[in-house]
Amino acid sequence: MPYFELMGFGPNGWGRPMAMAAGMTLAVATCGFLVGSFIGALAAWAKLSQSIITRALADGYTTVLRGIPDLLVIYLFYFGGSAALGHIAVLFGGSGGFISVPAFATGAAAIGVVSGAYQAEVFRGAYTALSRGEIEAARSVGMHRFLMFRRIVAPQVLRYAIPGLGNVWQLALKESALISVTGLVELLRQSQIGAGSTRQPFAFYVTAAMLYLVITTVSTWGFQRAENHAMRGLRRA
Amino acid sequence: MDFAFMAETFMKLIEGVPLTLNLAFASVALGALFAMLLALMRLSGVAALDWLARGYVFVFRGTPLLVQIFLIYYGLGQFRPSLQALGLWWFFREPYWCALLALTLNTAAYASEIIRGGLQSVPHGQIEAARACGMSRWLLFRRIVFPIAVRQALPAYGNEIILMVKATSLASIITMMEVTGIAHKLISQTFRAVEVFVCAGAIYLLLNFLVTRAVLALEWWLSPHLRGAPAPAPRLEAAHV
Repeated sequence: MPYFELMGFGPNGWGRPMAMAAGMTLAVATCGFLVGSFIGALAAWAKLSQSIITRALADGYTTVLRGIPDLLVIYLFYFGGSAALGHIAVLFGGSGGFISVPAFATGAAAIGVVSGAYQAEVFRGAYTALSRGEIEAARSVGMHRFLMFRRIVAPQVLRYAIPGLGNVWQLALKESALISVTGLVELLRQSQIGAGSTRQPFAFYVTAAMLYLVITTVSTWGFQRAENHAMRGLRRA
Repeated sequence: MDFAFMAETFMKLIEGVPLTLNLAFASVALGALFAMLLALMRLSGVAALDWLARGYVFVFRGTPLLVQIFLIYYGLGQFRPSLQALGLWWFFREPYWCALLALTLNTAAYASEIIRGGLQSVPHGQIEAARACGMSRWLLFRRIVFPIAVRQALPAYGNEIILMVKATSLASIITMMEVTGIAHKLISQTFRAVEVFVCAGAIYLLLNFLVTRAVLALEWWLSPHLRGAPAPAPRLEAAHV
């Protein structure tokens, strides 16, 4: 079958499943990235805290998660998650056999935990770029901690964090390809399925690569726009 | 935690370390050569070479490594008869060569940007001074530009080497039995994901710790100008002689 018919949207075309799979890639990467933002913000806060124990915990988290392969983390969540669910099932009178965890949740959690470690460093760096004077000024007008965080700290930290977050988003997007090992039908898994049933692996993997390129290019452009927008009030060096 | 099981797991995982190191070092070394070529193409001033290198970097940095590995290992299998006719099939048949090729091509794209940054950071005054001494282009590159660029690029290159040590784990998906491959086998045999994860994670952390130490040592060795002068030898006190 010629390439465009194979990847088209006709009756025998694989265009529709591939497009759906690209959507799934975006969905799992986005969910993972948002989970990672939450974890990363907490870890950054822990790294900046006065207590040695919370600092050591946060340092340990970022060092370990950035030092081991993502694939191992995915295996831990996938197999470890099913073992944990199995134990819980036994507690409630289950048989203790293999229970499969939802692949989407596993993927989002694994991407979240890994990208949280990178985002923690991004947020910490952005916080140190804040000018001390602004925080002192906020204190001196009597803002309490939460109001100061909401009005002064968070908006500026986000502004300085945008370029770093863009890099972490690219990492999350590429890590989402590894989620295919859990059987989640995202772009790479769908290509494997298509390659297996049509015996045209090259056509499918090239298409997957092109779709990834489109997604990364559009997101690079989007983060650049966001950065320009956030920095519009700042004088550039 | 079952420590006897963990000790046994650890010993089994250690058997995968040579392959992990083999893939990481071979791909970083070959990738560095290719990256140097790409960086020189970017800086050559020839529009065609510049755009070729730009396109290469764009494609390899914009797609996941696993897709590149699959494209080479499974995708090129679609052209088996032509590859056999060309006498290249022995290469693309072996998962080791395919993984090594994919890792090398991938790291070359990232590393070429790091090297380009290093080459561009060489102060122009140094190049002018070398020209004024009458150095030829090649001598200038070898004695002035290259050493300064390497020193500048080293911290970023250290990060890339760590990324490559981690990236070798993807070779396990195309049946290579390196540390992650053995870990996956052990997890599916025993269903004890946490213990195996702790052991395998410890091995990767140790490897990456050694890489960071080695890069720091290299950085120290390459920047004698930033170190203090060696302590002067204790003077003999003349009065007592």
